[in-house]
Amino acid sequence: MGMWLWFLLFMILLALLGVLIHRSPTVYRVLTTLDRRWIFLLMFLAVAIPILGQLTFPEKPTGLAKAVFDEIEALEPGDKVLMAWDYDPASEGELQPMATAFTFHCAKKGLKLYYMTIFSPVGPQMIDDSIENVLKTEFPHYEYGVDYVNLGYKSGQEGVIKVIVSNLKELFNTDQYGTSVRDIPMMQDVENIQQIDLIVNVSAGYAGTKEWVLFAVTPYPESIRLVAGCTGVMSPLLYPYIPEQLPGLLGAIKGAAEYEKLVNDKYFTAEGMEVPRKYLKGMLRMGPQLIAHVLIIVLIVVANMIYFAEKRRGTA
Amino acid sequence: MKRLIPLWLTATAGIVMIVSYFIPRTQGWGEDTSIWFDILAGIAFILGGGNILKIHLRKVSDKTKGWGYSVILLFCFLATLFVGLGKIGVHPNTQYPDHSWSGVYNEVGSPFWWLYEYAFKPLTATMFAMLAFYIASAAFRAFRAKNVEAILLLGTAFIILLGRTFAGVWLTDWIADDGPLRGLRIENLTVYIMQVFNTAGSRAIVIGIALGIASTSMKVILGVDRSYLGSGEE
Repeated sequence: MGMWLWFLLFMILLALLGVLIHRSPTVYRVLTTLDRRWIFLLMFLAVAIPILGQLTFPEKPTGLAKAVFDEIEALEPGDKVLMAWDYDPASEGELQPMATAFTFHCAKKGLKLYYMTIFSPVGPQMIDDSIENVLKTEFPHYEYGVDYVNLGYKSGQEGVIKVIVSNLKELFNTDQYGTSVRDIPMMQDVENIQQIDLIVNVSAGYAGTKEWVLFAVTPYPESIRLVAGCTGVMSPLLYPYIPEQLPGLLGAIKGAAEYEKLVNDKYFTAEGMEVPRKYLKGMLRMGPQLIAHVLIIVLIVVANMIYFAEKRRGTA
Repeated sequence: MKRLIPLWLTATAGIVMIVSYFIPRTQGWGEDTSIWFDILAGIAFILGGGNILKIHLRKVSDKTKGWGYSVILLFCFLATLFVGLGKIGVHPNTQYPDHSWSGVYNEVGSPFWWLYEYAFKPLTATMFAMLAFYIASAAFRAFRAKNVEAILLLGTAFIILLGRTFAGVWLTDWIADDGPLRGLRIENLTVYIMQVFNTAGSRAIVIGIALGIASTSMKVILGVDRSYLGSGEE
């Protein structure tokens, strides 16, 4: 009830502002000549205050997040998962929470993890983050070369996918650290990615999820399965591939928060354990997202109030 | 000859890729062509680096406006290249302890790692984060309900903006989750818009683009479109 009162108050204030814009020449003048730095300041506060206050909200997972979760849940311990981390530091804020959750979930299931990237030469550092923050700290029994491997970056975008669908070792003959794949135990029985049970892709653009769909899943629908997480601007472009080629998709921070909720509920809350902060990053970032989205809506509404006032005055 | 060889190379590679997709026996040819492509993509990094050097050295030499930034760029580029390629401060791989250059270029604590962690990473993250400020400013200055289409666009934007946060759930929480009106809950409306309207529009665009790519590719393979070869003039 309290929240509804706040909402009512907010709407009354917005309506009052609308009346003021129409009636008061001073308010009208101030808003029409508003320096954009004030808007920058508002956005700064809208993001900074929830971050500092660690504002979080309950999450309700959608069908796509559940589909991603179920795909990983359906795997058996020892199954192989290709972790294609196709993003870089520019999109780390948006994608690292889901990469962390994916790594935790897969390791908790006891899966064998094959990390690689085709997006950017700085992709291996993103992989290192997942390995250092999750595998080495939470799963010390995970042994490099036996339970996980970092194959690093290869240039060639979709060209790389086209080769590794039939011959993985042709391009990846060493791991990220220069060790020959012949000396890596978990690489012995993998000739191509058709022998991998699931591809988990975290993508920030080209080459990324779309290329994995077009050049891996589409030619080999029987042997290659893919789930993905991507940036907000990419997700509308990937919906056409759901659900046949892409059974599940996490869209931006919202998708990450929903997936975190599913993973944390099963592996922490259900066992009566407290969820570590590093597995709540998606949910923690939903606070700033909410306030920022509301601010953008308010700015659009106020701007349109000004527009209609201008029309009434004949200055539009 | 300068144009004929690239034309033949393009035609051969293009035809091999098409044939290898449809005829399983020729799959290996397509694989080989893809490997050549990957090698060329690697070489493109060298070309890109050379191009950066050429453009910015010319800017510095001509002292054109903003040449100071070119000096900074060249310094950062060469310094990163030096510590990365030279594997400065990197320990040898444990498999090859006698080869000092066998270690991984971005080893934790090495100068390259330091440049990445404390310069590249925060700078690129900052650039991306600044988008929020420009979007807010654009929201205030550009989105106007000028006609029916704009009103529909704004309405859809509001639903998606709210539906991607807890505000969407909270605002229509009074509608029963299993009742006949559940489709009107903002979070369900968001999913409906994305999965029906967005998917329908996107699929139409994707099919159109695919047909365009197929047609353009055929022109390139058959040598009708030669624009990728450049004008041939320096």
